[in-house]
Amino acid sequence: MSESTLITDAKTRYSAGVLKYKQMGYWMPDYVPTETDTICLFRITPQEGVDPEEAAAAVAGESSTATWTVVWTDRLTACDSYRAKAYKVIPVPNTPGQYFAYVAYDLILFEEGSISNMTASLIGNVFSFKPLKAARLEDIRLPVAYVKTFKGPPTGLVVERERLDKFGRPLLGATTKPKLGLSGRNYGRVIYEGLRGGLDFMKDDENINSQPFMHWRDRFLYVMDGVNKAQAVTGEVKGSYLNVTGATMEDIYERAEFAKELGSVVVMLDLVIGWSAIQSMANWARKNDMIVHMHRAGHGTYTRQKNHGVSFRVIAKWLRLAGVDHLHTGTAVGKLEGDPMTVQGYYNVCRDSYTKTDLPRGLYFDQDWVDTKKVMPVASGGIHAGQMHQLLDLFGDDVILQFGGGTIGHPQGIQAGAVANRVALETMVKARNEGKDIKNEGPEILKKAAQTCGPLKAALDTWGDISFNYASTDSSDYAQTPSASN
Amino acid sequence: MMTNPMGRLTQGQFSFLPDLTDAEMALQVEYGLGKGYAWSVEYTDDPHPRNTYWDMYGMPMFDLKDAAGVVMEVTGCRKAFPNHYIRLMAFDSTRGVESIAMSIIVNRPKNEPGFMLERQEVNGRSLRYTTRGYGADRPEGERG
Repeated sequence: MSESTLITDAKTRYSAGVLKYKQMGYWMPDYVPTETDTICLFRITPQEGVDPEEAAAAVAGESSTATWTVVWTDRLTACDSYRAKAYKVIPVPNTPGQYFAYVAYDLILFEEGSISNMTASLIGNVFSFKPLKAARLEDIRLPVAYVKTFKGPPTGLVVERERLDKFGRPLLGATTKPKLGLSGRNYGRVIYEGLRGGLDFMKDDENINSQPFMHWRDRFLYVMDGVNKAQAVTGEVKGSYLNVTGATMEDIYERAEFAKELGSVVVMLDLVIGWSAIQSMANWARKNDMIVHMHRAGHGTYTRQKNHGVSFRVIAKWLRLAGVDHLHTGTAVGKLEGDPMTVQGYYNVCRDSYTKTDLPRGLYFDQDWVDTKKVMPVASGGIHAGQMHQLLDLFGDDVILQFGGGTIGHPQGIQAGAVANRVALETMVKARNEGKDIKNEGPEILKKAAQTCGPLKAALDTWGDISFNYASTDSSDYAQTPSASN
Repeated sequence: MMTNPMGRLTQGQFSFLPDLTDAEMALQVEYGLGKGYAWSVEYTDDPHPRNTYWDMYGMPMFDLKDAAGVVMEVTGCRKAFPNHYIRLMAFDSTRGVESIAMSIIVNRPKNEPGFMLERQEVNGRSLRYTTRGYGADRPEGERG
């Protein structure tokens, strides 16, 4: 009996003992995924001597019904439909030892409206499976039938703009710095200065919760005084992402309720609170007209390395379904990891009505979002006014550009930093709309605007030449494999 | 007189830039028309940040494809309401958007009175905030 073919005789197939995954039915090269199947693209690195097809079958098995040995109780079920099916394996170009494995999952395998349930299968035991050295979930095609079981973002970027009365340009934000140590009173000062100067949003950092130097209630009270005062002084709606992350769900709800009582338009969560907590808070936000800002704290531990983990584009898809309104998706030009094309792929996943296959951007599947609301991407981390043309060219209007150091570190103070960023932004949007080639003429356009704007001149003088040109660890392996989309 | 860095109301997408000339306005209108947006003109003397419904100066110009025509409407509105806030808005009817895509303030009162922040002390250290226009007590049409 060949070890590489499906055993069709039921008596043989279910005799006690250990079989290859391929023999058990997890490898089906002729399988054509249906419209209601979830399709996963895994990048796998089999151990030495493990056949790639067998490894792919093992991934399908371990992420669905299989255990290490044959069990007769399979025969009590319609086990053919519960088995995930690996149906295609191709070598990753120029990367010996790695393979792209396509696996299809029947709709019945996942609880409706539960990212926790879906992730427990797709990135559960399978990632610790010994015959694989490494595995990475590169991309996922979510069937319309499953997408429709989620409510998606509580607010969405279109309604957010209507609530904030801000149109036609990216939004501007800044993260309050230093991250740790400010008292509530000092913290509120930074909020007020940034918003008064012209920013739309200020932001708590991901690790600001309720430490000894600043109790959360104290922070919320002072921040909202700054927000309301800036709103009156400018006549513009302002906000500050109040981080309601806490040790327990009860803490999170308590903090969110207080933010609501104080009139905040937005609350913030850290990704580390987990999928169920995120979905609970999405429900809470829907009931309370609240925008949910998601900081992707921790994602780098599993998204950054190409050979193992989960691509951020998959995390972004799950978060759009789970229900967040803002999502940090990278800057491409700033201090944190991000190949520009790959980062644009994340933005597409957040904002598209229909995401098209786009290999250079790491998008391996078409994805119909069937009217799921759109997530506002957030570009944050080591960006400054001198990069405005690049940011606008890369990301367009529907994005929040967050200049933390680039506002608070301004030599003339926080308000001047905010003015510099807002003037740079509006100048660049105006120039683009007028038909100017901002990608190439951007630096000149900024210089010209700086002639009549002291704060912008000071910003360009301070940071104009700062860039973070390091090779990216996570670019798409597409160029040599146009067939990967099939 | 407002005391923020621009010394004026900063709603709208170009409030941190010098006022647009009519020629510059026409370029923005053309950009919007190129994207298939419909332009409309709205005015108010009550620019409270949460006053959503400014008064419409006519219907949105769904069928007007000529930037000069849109600028003419703005000129007409300026003549009728020289001391009001006037904004030029572009509407995008694409499925999944169906909302405003651009918003530019193209006229302001000579003096912009701005807003005061009223604080009502409530439970503990909590406050209830009310943003109130300094001109809000004056009659309609004169609030600036």
